Amino acid sequence: MFFTETIYALTGVALFGLGLRGSLLRRSLLGRILAINICGAGVFLMLVTVAYRGPEQLPDALPHARVLTGIVVAVSATALALALGRRFRETESE
Amino acid sequence: MNSLPVWPIILPLSGALLAILWPRRSARIGLFASLSTLFATGLLLWQVASQGQLIHPLGGWDPGLAIVLRADALATTLLLMSSLVALAAGWYATAYFENTTKQSQFWPLWLLMIAALHAMLLSADLFNLYVTLELLGLSAVSLAALGAGRAAVEAALRYLTVGLLGSMAFLAGLTLVYTRYGTLDMLSLAQVIESEPATWLALALMSTGLLVKSALFPLHFWLPPAHANAPAPVSAALSALVVKAAFYLMLRLWLDTFQSALTPAASSLLGLLGAGAVLWGSWNALRAPRLKLLAAYSTVAQLGYLFIFFPLLMALPPGPRYDAAFGALVLMALTHGFAKSALFLTAGVIQQRAGHDRIEGLGGTARALPVTTFTLALAGVALIGLPPSGAFIAKWQLLSSAFALGQWFWVPVVTIGSLLAAAYVFRVLGYAFGTGEGVAHALSNGREELPALLLAIIATVVLGLGSIIVWHFIAPGALPAESF
Repeated sequence: MFFTETIYALTGVALFGLGLRGSLLRRSLLGRILAINICGAGVFLMLVTVAYRGPEQLPDALPHARVLTGIVVAVSATALALALGRRFRETESE
Repeated sequence: MNSLPVWPIILPLSGALLAILWPRRSARIGLFASLSTLFATGLLLWQVASQGQLIHPLGGWDPGLAIVLRADALATTLLLMSSLVALAAGWYATAYFENTTKQSQFWPLWLLMIAALHAMLLSADLFNLYVTLELLGLSAVSLAALGAGRAAVEAALRYLTVGLLGSMAFLAGLTLVYTRYGTLDMLSLAQVIESEPATWLALALMSTGLLVKSALFPLHFWLPPAHANAPAPVSAALSALVVKAAFYLMLRLWLDTFQSALTPAASSLLGLLGAGAVLWGSWNALRAPRLKLLAAYSTVAQLGYLFIFFPLLMALPPGPRYDAAFGALVLMALTHGFAKSALFLTAGVIQQRAGHDRIEGLGGTARALPVTTFTLALAGVALIGLPPSGAFIAKWQLLSSAFALGQWFWVPVVTIGSLLAAAYVFRVLGYAFGTGEGVAHALSNGREELPALLLAIIATVVLGLGSIIVWHFIAPGALPAESF
């Protein structure tokens, strides 16, 4: 079981790193927004792993609640970024 | 059950909802909400001053599950500053945005930003801090995008992506903290924190996130375009309050929660970056072609001073000398908040009257807008740190702590920074008092010129002469007079 947990945690760290790298290096806005979301998915995966307390026990509910909150925040941030991106495009012709 | 800490958050939040529902009356709703927020903050301050720190778990849940609000002297002092600046800048905004459409776009976001800011100042839990940081960031970005044209949208986009990365780093750090300690409550964390690699990594991640948001040199690159292109009342709040909110969290994390896990070397790094910010920010402010860009670079520099306090505070043992330095830090942050918001509001007045804010085209401003030019000079006094402003006393205390600790290398940085500040303030005043027809004559409008004047008077006169009250409230053990 320890092994499964480690895989999840390491995947989380890897996603965080990939997202971070992408958001810093990508030129296109859409690519950057996607990279930030991948970065967030990595952190959420880490949080989910933290909640695991072995096969007998129920998982810790607090990190789960935090992941849900985090997803809501990430969705709104993405929406705002896309809206701003569209506004930026529309002003291009002026 | 004392629910007073809830009101500085609830009032602007309900104001924001009402302003969305009733767009035609948004300005009135907004001003009323700001005024009542100030009143609630005043009551809270009075309560904290007479009874000490207030802790309020929302909804009566157990700590750990509940959203705990904590109002102590530092948080309530900053709350008062934020309510005052928000009220003054909002008052000015009723004159700045001429039509109702703009007003109805501005007020809901503005009140949301203030609610998020107040929630952040009062939060005592790392995850709630993350949520409020995001709320603050999203509303601040939307407000910055209200500025005219493509440049404002571009700056807002960069502000958003950089801010989101900062929050992600913060979230990753707090995940590590939860893995290691099983709690995110800042008060109980301070009891159990240990000096070990996991803690350092967590703190490094959270601090990096916060340093990006507080625009510490060399992570300041997003700030000047975002603050210089936003509408003037928004720039005032961004520079005076939003950037300082991230700094406030750094202060909480480094001096309260993680204090026992830290080494002086780490705080010296913050001090060095702060010194870099003072020099780089002041130099760029001196070269800035536009008044608002000057004000934005000056914010980078002034935040640098605040970070120079870190190595000094970490080196001082608890006692009167520590309290004196801590009081000076808060006084410096307060003075900058009031002075910088005043400067941005005057920049807004000048920009609207002259049609531009190019510093070289400011000739004749003193004749056309005497009150605004006077305000500009008063705010300049506080930014340079001349007496009787609060910044003078704070810098004096900074220098005397640096000498007492033998960390003399901060002294030339502060001196050069102050000289550069004098140079950029007098450069603007030189043009403003010069001849020219840059600004057309027009009747004065109280809503335009008074808010900035009041803010500048608070920064220069009230905080200077009343500094001892701030000191006694923030750090009761301080004996600042001893070191003069």
